[in-house]
Amino acid sequence: MAYTEDDLKKELETKEYEYGFYTDIESDTFPVGLNEDIVRAISKKKEEPEWMTQWRLEAFREWEKMEEPDWANVNYPKPDFQAISYYSAPNKKPKYDSLDEVDPELLDTFKRLGISLDEQKKLAGVAVDVVMDSVSVTTTFKKTLAEKGIIFCSISEAIKEHPDLVKKYLGTVVPQKDNFYAALNSAVFSDGSFCYIPKGVRCPMELSTYFRINQAGTGQFERTLVVADESSYVSYLEGCTAPSRDENQLHAAVVELIALDDAEIKYSTVQNWFPGNKEGKGGVFNFVTKRGLCEKGAKISWTQVETGSAVTWKYPSCILKGDNSVGEFYSIAVTNNFQQADTGTKMIHLGKNTKSTIISKGISAGKSQNSYRGLVQINGRAQNARNFSQCDSLLMGNECGAHTFPYIEVKNKSAQVEHEATTSKIGEDQIFYCNQRGIDTEKAIALIVNGFSKEVLNKLPMEFAVEAQKLLEISLEGSVG
Amino acid sequence: MELKDKLVSSFLAFEENLDPNENLDTLRNEAIKNFETLGFPGKKDEDWKYTSLNSVLKHDYSVFPKKEDAIEYRDIKKYLIHDIDTYDLVFIDGIYSSHLSQTTHDKIDVCLMSAALNKDKYSAVIENYYNKVAPKTSLNSLNTAFAREGAFIHIHKNTQADKPIQIINFATGNESALMLQPRNLVVVDENSHVQIIERHQSLTDHPVLTNSVTEIFADKRAIIDYYKIQNDKSSASLIDNTFINQKGESNVSVHTFSFGGKLTRNNLHFYQNGERIDSTMKGVTIIEDKQHVDHNTLVHHIEPNCESHQNYKGIFDDKAVGVFNGKVVVEKEAQKTNAYQSNNNILANDKATINSKPQLEIFADDVRCSHGCTIGQLDEEALFYLQSRGIPRKEARGLLMYAFANNVLESVKIPEVKKRINKLIAGKLGVELGFNL
Repeated sequence: MAYTEDDLKKELETKEYEYGFYTDIESDTFPVGLNEDIVRAISKKKEEPEWMTQWRLEAFREWEKMEEPDWANVNYPKPDFQAISYYSAPNKKPKYDSLDEVDPELLDTFKRLGISLDEQKKLAGVAVDVVMDSVSVTTTFKKTLAEKGIIFCSISEAIKEHPDLVKKYLGTVVPQKDNFYAALNSAVFSDGSFCYIPKGVRCPMELSTYFRINQAGTGQFERTLVVADESSYVSYLEGCTAPSRDENQLHAAVVELIALDDAEIKYSTVQNWFPGNKEGKGGVFNFVTKRGLCEKGAKISWTQVETGSAVTWKYPSCILKGDNSVGEFYSIAVTNNFQQADTGTKMIHLGKNTKSTIISKGISAGKSQNSYRGLVQINGRAQNARNFSQCDSLLMGNECGAHTFPYIEVKNKSAQVEHEATTSKIGEDQIFYCNQRGIDTEKAIALIVNGFSKEVLNKLPMEFAVEAQKLLEISLEGSVG
Repeated sequence: MELKDKLVSSFLAFEENLDPNENLDTLRNEAIKNFETLGFPGKKDEDWKYTSLNSVLKHDYSVFPKKEDAIEYRDIKKYLIHDIDTYDLVFIDGIYSSHLSQTTHDKIDVCLMSAALNKDKYSAVIENYYNKVAPKTSLNSLNTAFAREGAFIHIHKNTQADKPIQIINFATGNESALMLQPRNLVVVDENSHVQIIERHQSLTDHPVLTNSVTEIFADKRAIIDYYKIQNDKSSASLIDNTFINQKGESNVSVHTFSFGGKLTRNNLHFYQNGERIDSTMKGVTIIEDKQHVDHNTLVHHIEPNCESHQNYKGIFDDKAVGVFNGKVVVEKEAQKTNAYQSNNNILANDKATINSKPQLEIFADDVRCSHGCTIGQLDEEALFYLQSRGIPRKEARGLLMYAFANNVLESVKIPEVKKRINKLIAGKLGVELGFNL
C-alpha cells in the first residue's frame, strides 16, 4: 500500500521530541523564589567579589520596578517569577583536562544529543565550553587558545580572574535596566561564557558552547560576553537542545558583543529547545536579549536558526556606532504545532557609511504563529548609511500565521534603505515536479524549504549547517502544504 | 481647560440644539462616553507612535461654529475643479452653503447629511449604514457624538452618476480657532458607479482642526473612485478617517494627494466582505517646512479571491515628517488573496524624517502577499544626464521627482483632476512642467 500523506501526518504527530530525556545528576538547587537574599546567595555561591554582588543587586532593584512587556505578538501564561529556582548546578564540579574523567552519565547525555566531544575535537577543531545547567563542566582546547592570548572561559571564572575586563565591558551594550528580562538576567545569571580576543589576533578555531536546560523547574539565565579587540576576528557558535518537560521552562539569556575598531565577530546560533508537544503543552519560553556594538570599521554578523521553544522573543541587534561599520542578520525561524515566535533584529545606524543587511526567513506550519519584528534606524549623522532588508515567509497549512512588523525610521537624506517582504506557500506545481521525478512529498518539501533557507544556511559554519539542515527537516515534517 | 474636557462638557448643550426628528440620541451618547473613556490617542498608542497630536490639541477650539459666513464664488473658485460639470456640496465652517452647491435627487441622491438624518425618506439607508463600518476609536466616537452635517450620497441600483461629485469643506476666519467634524456617508448600490472628489480648505490663518469621518459602502459590482486633495494652509490640520466596506466584485480606489497642512493624518481602512473584490489605495505626499503627513492604511481580506494594491510615494523636504503605517490582514478563509503594498520615499533634506512600518498579518497559506519599502535619493547619474542635455539642475530634479510620483497619477480617471494634481506637483517642486495629459 502506498504511503499517503495521512500516514505521514499520523507518524509525525506521534513523533516525540527526539532529545527528550532527563539526566539524573544530583543538583545543588536553591529554594524557589526571588529576593535580594537569593541574589546575594547566588553571588556568594559563585564566590564573586563585592562589586559584582552590588551590580546584581542594582539590576534586581531595577527589575522589581519593571513590568513584563506584552507588546510582542505572542500569547503565553505569564511565568510566575517567584515559583522558579534561580540556581542549579551539577553537584560534582569536575575540573578535568581530559574527557575520561568526566561523569560518564553526563557524557552519555551529550552522546545522545549528538554532541560527541571527541569527534568534534578531532573533526572540527572546535573548542567546546559545555554548559550543563549553568555551570561550565569542561573546557577543551583552552591551552591552544591561551597561547594566542585568547581568553575563553565561563563568565564566573572571568569575574574572578579577569575582573578588569569584565568590569569594563559587562553591561555596556545591554545595561542592567535595558528591559525586563535583561534586568532579571543581570540579577540572577548563573553562568555563561566570556571571550576576549586580543588585538590583531585571528581566533584559529570556532568557539562554541552548548547549553542545556536540565533540572526540572529551573530557569536558565546565561550571560555571554564577547569582546574582540582591535583588528581581531572570532567566530562563535551557540547551540542548544533541551529535554522534554511538561511545565514551561523560562530562559532569559543576555548576549553582549563588543567589536572594537576593525574587529569582526560572527555569532551563530542553532536553537532547538523543546517546543512543547503537539497539543501545545510544555516547551521552553525563550526571552533573549542579544546586542552587539560596532566601533570604527567593525563588523558583527548574527546568524540564527530557530526551530525550538514554545515562545521565542528574540531580537539580536547591532549598534553601528563607528564609521564604516557593518551589521548583518541572517535568520531562519521555523514554527510548528503551537509554537510562537516573535523575532527579528534592530540595526541602529549612528556612524557614517554604515551598512546593514537583514535576511529573515520565516516558516510556519501547524497552528503556529511566526512574526518578524525589526527596526532599521538611520540617525541624522549617519551619512551614506545603507540598509537592505528582506523578509520572506512560507506558510504551510491554513491554520498558521505569518506576520511582518518592520519599523523603518530615517532621518538622513543620504540614506538608502530598502525593505521587501513576501509571503507565499510551496507551489503545488513545485511539489508535483519533484513527485514526478520520484521524490516523495515529504522529501520534496524538505528540498524546497532547504532552497528557501539556503541564503541563511550558507552563512553558518560548516558543522552547524549540517545540523541546521537536519533540524529544519525534523521541525517541518508533517506539514505538507 | 483641556480640549477633551471642553468637548465632553459641551456635549450637553450641543444635544439640546439638535433636531428632534433625528434618531441618533443613543448613538451620540454612547459615542461621547466612549470618547470620554478613551481620550485623544497618545504616543503610547502603537498606531500613533510616530504622530503626536499635542501641538494640534493645545488650541482653544470653538466647537460650535457660528453662522454661515458669506463667501462669493469667485473667492473659492480656484479650490474647485471648475472646468468640468460636477455636483457640488460646499460647507462653510461646517454649515451647508446652498448658493455655492449643486445637489440632486434625480436617480441619485446627492444631498446633506442633516437632511438625510431628519427625513423619513432616508431613514432606512441611515439605519442600515450610518456608523456601521467606522470602528469605535476615540476620534471616530468624537465625530459620531458631534457630527451633524456632511455629504450624503446614495447611488441607486444600476445607475451611473452622470457627473463627478465634489465635497468641499471651507473654514473661515470668524473664530479664533475652529474645530470641524464633518461626517460623510456614501452608499453605492449594485452595479453602480460614482466618482467623488473631496477637499478641505482653510481660508484663514487661525488654527483649524478637522476630524472628518467618511463611511463608504460598495455593494456588489459597484465601482467607486475617490480622490482626496489635501493642500491646506500651514495653520490647518486634518484627521481624515475613511472606512470602506466592500461587497463581492466591487472595485474601490482611493487616491490621496497630500501637499499641505500642518498635520495630516489619514486613516484609510478597507474591509472586504465578499469574493473577487479589488481595493486600490494610492497616494502622493510632497511636503516641506515642519509639515507632518501620516498615512495609516488597513486592508482586511476576509474572503477568498480578492486583491488589494497599495502604492504610496513621498517626497520630504526641510523638517517635514512622513509616516506610513500600512497593514494588510489576511484571514484564514481568504485564500488566493493577492495583496501588494509599496511605499517609496525620497528625503530631500537631512532634517526631514520618514518613519515607515509596512505590516503583514497573514493567516491563510495560499496567498501572494508582498510589500516593499524604499528610502533613497534621486539618481545623481540621471541628474547629470539631464544636465548634460541643457536642463538646469533644478528643473532636472523637478522632472525626476515628477517621474517618481507619476505612476500614482496614471490611475487617476478624471483628466481634469489629473491636470490639477499635475499643476500642484509642479508648483510644489518649483518647476514648470509643460506636459500635456
